[in-house]
Amino acid sequence: MKLVYKNVDKDGQGTVGLIPEEPEDMWHAYNLISEGDSVRSSTIRKVQSESSTGSSTSSRVRTTLTISVENIDFDTQACVLRLKGRNIEENQYVKMGAYHTLDLELNRKFSLRKQEWDSVSLERIDVACDPSKSADVAAVIMQEGLAFVCLITSSMTLVRAKIDVTIPRKRKGFIQQHEKGLQKFYDNVMQAIIRHIDFDIVKCIIIASPGFVKDQFFEYMIQTAIKTDNKLLLENKSKFVLAHSSSGFKHALKEVLQDPAVTSKMADTKAASEVKALEQFYNTLQTEPAKAFYGKKHVEKACEAQAIETLLISDNLFRCQDVRQRKEYVRLVDTVREMGGEVRIFSSMHISGEQLDQLTGVAAILRFPMPELEEDDSEDELEED
Amino acid sequence: MSRHRNVRSMNYSEEYDGYDDVYGHSVEDDYCVSPSEAAFMYDREGSKNKQKIGAFFQTVSNIAEEHEGEVDSKGSGSDIEEARLQSCIDQVKETLGSSFSIKEIVLSLKKNNFDIEKTINDLLMKRADGELKQETDKKGKAITTPHPQKAQVVSSNQTTVNVTKGFDLAQKDISRLCPTPRSESPGSGRVTPINVQSNENEEKPKHKSYGKDDVLNNYKKDRSGEKEHLYMIVIGHVDAGKSTLMGHLLCALGQVNQKTMHKYEQESRKLGKQSFVYAWVLDETGEERNRGITMDVGKSQFETNSKIVTLLDAPGHKDFIPNMIAGAGQADVAVLVVDATRGEFETGFDYGGQTREHALLVRSLGVSQLAVAINKLDTVNWSKERFDEIIQKLKVFLKQAGFKDNDVAFVPCSGLTGQNLVVKPTQKELIEWYQGPTLIEVIDNFRVSERPILKPLRFSVNDVFKGTGSGFCVSGKVETGSLSVGDKVLICPSREVASVKGLLTDDSPKQVVYAGDQAQVTLSGIEMQNVSVGNIICDPQNPVHVTTKFQARVVIFNIAVPITKGYSVVLHHQSLVEPVIVSKLIAQLNKSTGEVIKKHPRCLTKNTSALIEIQVSRPIGVELYSDCKELGRIMLRVGGATIAAGLITKIL
Ligand SMILES: Nc1nc2c(ncn2[C@@H]2O[C@H](COP(=O)(O)OP(=O)(O)O)[C@@H](O)[C@H]2O)c(=O)[nH]1
Ligand SMILES: [Mg+2]
Repeated sequence: MKLVYKNVDKDGQGTVGLIPEEPEDMWHAYNLISEGDSVRSSTIRKVQSESSTGSSTSSRVRTTLTISVENIDFDTQACVLRLKGRNIEENQYVKMGAYHTLDLELNRKFSLRKQEWDSVSLERIDVACDPSKSADVAAVIMQEGLAFVCLITSSMTLVRAKIDVTIPRKRKGFIQQHEKGLQKFYDNVMQAIIRHIDFDIVKCIIIASPGFVKDQFFEYMIQTAIKTDNKLLLENKSKFVLAHSSSGFKHALKEVLQDPAVTSKMADTKAASEVKALEQFYNTLQTEPAKAFYGKKHVEKACEAQAIETLLISDNLFRCQDVRQRKEYVRLVDTVREMGGEVRIFSSMHISGEQLDQLTGVAAILRFPMPELEEDDSEDELEED
Repeated sequence: MSRHRNVRSMNYSEEYDGYDDVYGHSVEDDYCVSPSEAAFMYDREGSKNKQKIGAFFQTVSNIAEEHEGEVDSKGSGSDIEEARLQSCIDQVKETLGSSFSIKEIVLSLKKNNFDIEKTINDLLMKRADGELKQETDKKGKAITTPHPQKAQVVSSNQTTVNVTKGFDLAQKDISRLCPTPRSESPGSGRVTPINVQSNENEEKPKHKSYGKDDVLNNYKKDRSGEKEHLYMIVIGHVDAGKSTLMGHLLCALGQVNQKTMHKYEQESRKLGKQSFVYAWVLDETGEERNRGITMDVGKSQFETNSKIVTLLDAPGHKDFIPNMIAGAGQADVAVLVVDATRGEFETGFDYGGQTREHALLVRSLGVSQLAVAINKLDTVNWSKERFDEIIQKLKVFLKQAGFKDNDVAFVPCSGLTGQNLVVKPTQKELIEWYQGPTLIEVIDNFRVSERPILKPLRFSVNDVFKGTGSGFCVSGKVETGSLSVGDKVLICPSREVASVKGLLTDDSPKQVVYAGDQAQVTLSGIEMQNVSVGNIICDPQNPVHVTTKFQARVVIFNIAVPITKGYSVVLHHQSLVEPVIVSKLIAQLNKSTGEVIKKHPRCLTKNTSALIEIQVSRPIGVELYSDCKELGRIMLRVGGATIAAGLITKIL
């Protein structure tokens, strides 16, 4: 993302101009924009015009609109961000207060005005505009009959293709069907790699599986590339890294991201460091359960006691509609930092972020053990049931 | 939880052949499952046995020949005759009910030279003559006279009265099961009618609609005169010699012809893998042979005196445990192979090897009888001390894992030399101290599991492939109920209807297959891509539950990090492998009593028991454990280790 300007006053009110440059930036924008913000951007509007004869024609015009955002919709796979709201600035084609849906576009500037830019939003801009990142990694995580072709960027893990086929098992005297099925499966995975991975951008392609699937597949792919004279694959052969995973399910990516052989090849290690942080939380829970808290109430209590050493929090929590809730989480982040604690904002688009989301979205490793909060919390949870 | 308590509760459930006892005690830390990554690496080329290999090949053919001789001698001897006699008796009883004593039938059969028609006529004539009157009146219509000398077997195998702490889910279930031929009366080879009567009374009303008598009668008719069918899985640490042992066993039984064996020998020599020649019998894919390890469950068949045994050779390597789980779900009994070589047993058992995990897994999957093959004893000079040392260690562990002492047999052997597999050992160092059964005898002595054939159909799909004719085939196990050619069935979770075009068990066509059978089903009326491994084929009138959320009572193994709400794990349910999320920790339970210790615990640590909720990303077909043990069991794995085993208690 490119930062064009930033006018934020002391109270936190102000406008920021940004140009999204790559799909991932849409994700950042999605995390920045909240309901009630106003966004100004160039957009296409369908305009009805009535001619003097009374017949109406509709045409599409490009115009710049400013809307007050009421509804935010993000397509994670396509990376399309769609904002819906009322027009709040006089415009030649669109009446004040009329609804418009604005698709943010790549390489087109938008400006975002907020009543209050809090620390989390400002940090998001810094992260989004950090030019050092964006060394993309691709990962193929597979087992016999199942494969995910993923792109791992700094803040997102995108599944580009999922291959799920049934491979006949080997049976006595009938191994051909098994081997044929396997070959077809490998062909599919190979095609998905060719189709979805941009070798100009991607610096490293991880192939991970249990057992020998990865080796067998890699071997097959290279042999096939030689046979079909596929220059693309052959030239990029050195970018492939083979790694072990316990299964071909997506969540096993977290094992891959803990493998030093893999992380050493990754320029950007946000995904890997999040996995590590969450793992550390679980380890603490194992060894010193009184130093590992999760859930809003528990973590807030720990924060009050100035006990938090590391706060793990999912960006999902900052996207909640409820402004008051967002404020509470922002306050939590700010307080922890003031106390010298470390804050890690997890991307809910990464494997570990997904898991943190499942674990209430917020967890903390404490400096010192604290007594477990008693029953009233579980009562809360009971009501949730 | 004290150790005392554990032991006590285990004794209570001594007689119970269910899963519960696993929950009745704590599996101590050091006995738990946590194979480390290190086990992944092994140095096959450095195998100590290499230099000796050549010498063994000489024995290959010898043993096979010897064996053939033995079969011949048996053929003329008593065994075959006895089997034949048995089958005739069964057929006669089939026709005449049980109003004649076995003795009479046998006499008559012998008189009529095993001609069944004649025998029946003969017997009926006698009856008409009034010769047998007193007998029939006393016995009533439904009681078979069991072999007197085998009658005791019943008590030890079949008791269902149990005081089980922890889960009592299974109890109501068990009485409904149709007892196995073996457990009922080993000689008869089938179910006696009296049991049908009593079972019927205990049936739940919802199953009433089944033509149970018909099914049972047909079952008896179909299967009389056949040897009992046993499904046996071979488990153990990688390189323990499972494939070799079983390959050799098959050779020795004459299941592999000389020509094939010769070919394997040549080819393996060419690849420099001579030591794997027997393993090749089971490891069929090129990949497996090149790497010298089993990757998927290999399947073969052989016969013992009283049984037809389908052998499932499980991969030992931890990455292939999912395949093993699928295999174990289909098995009645297991053979645990351990490598007696000094250091190797220890690796497989103590330091994160698969021995423990496998044993725990099969036990959790419902396998209760185990033969432990103490293999490669040739490498320790057939030392009795070594044998005893290993047994000692294993006994403690297996007991903790929930195996009853009586259900575990230890057999010294060598897969490579073939000692004590099929023929009595000849090695003098071994005969000096061992007079026990050979491996095949132990296998022959296994009991066959119950066959719940009266329950609604449940068939778990383990493989989908193209058949030779039209349609396509699925293979798997009939978990409960029965399935006939022409039946309409429901495939779950997709809930699509298909019809059964053909049935095969062990490559022979069948009209009907029953619970306990592994069958190959030709389906039509449905696209092949709409059926996948892990699907449940069921009775459309009485389908399996399809859900994305359920509760399960789990025991947690020796895990490295605790389980929290939201934990991503891999669910194994029959052949299904599916990523799931532990969506709620409902309660922590007392491992022995099942009492709630704490509601909504923050996390679950190792060796505890809990009630949890599981969320699946797409619907799957499951059953309550109390309704159907077979489909009510689950395993949870993470990062290549099994973290918990459980029973489904509530479907949401
Ligand atoms: N000395 C000796 N070696 C054996 C014996 N059984 C198997 N082996 C060797 O152990 C290795 C592993 O055997 P394999 O059957 O593939 O083991 P699996 O991984 O358990 O199936 C092979 O090199 C065999 O030749 C035995 O009884 N004695
Ligand atoms: Mg093997």
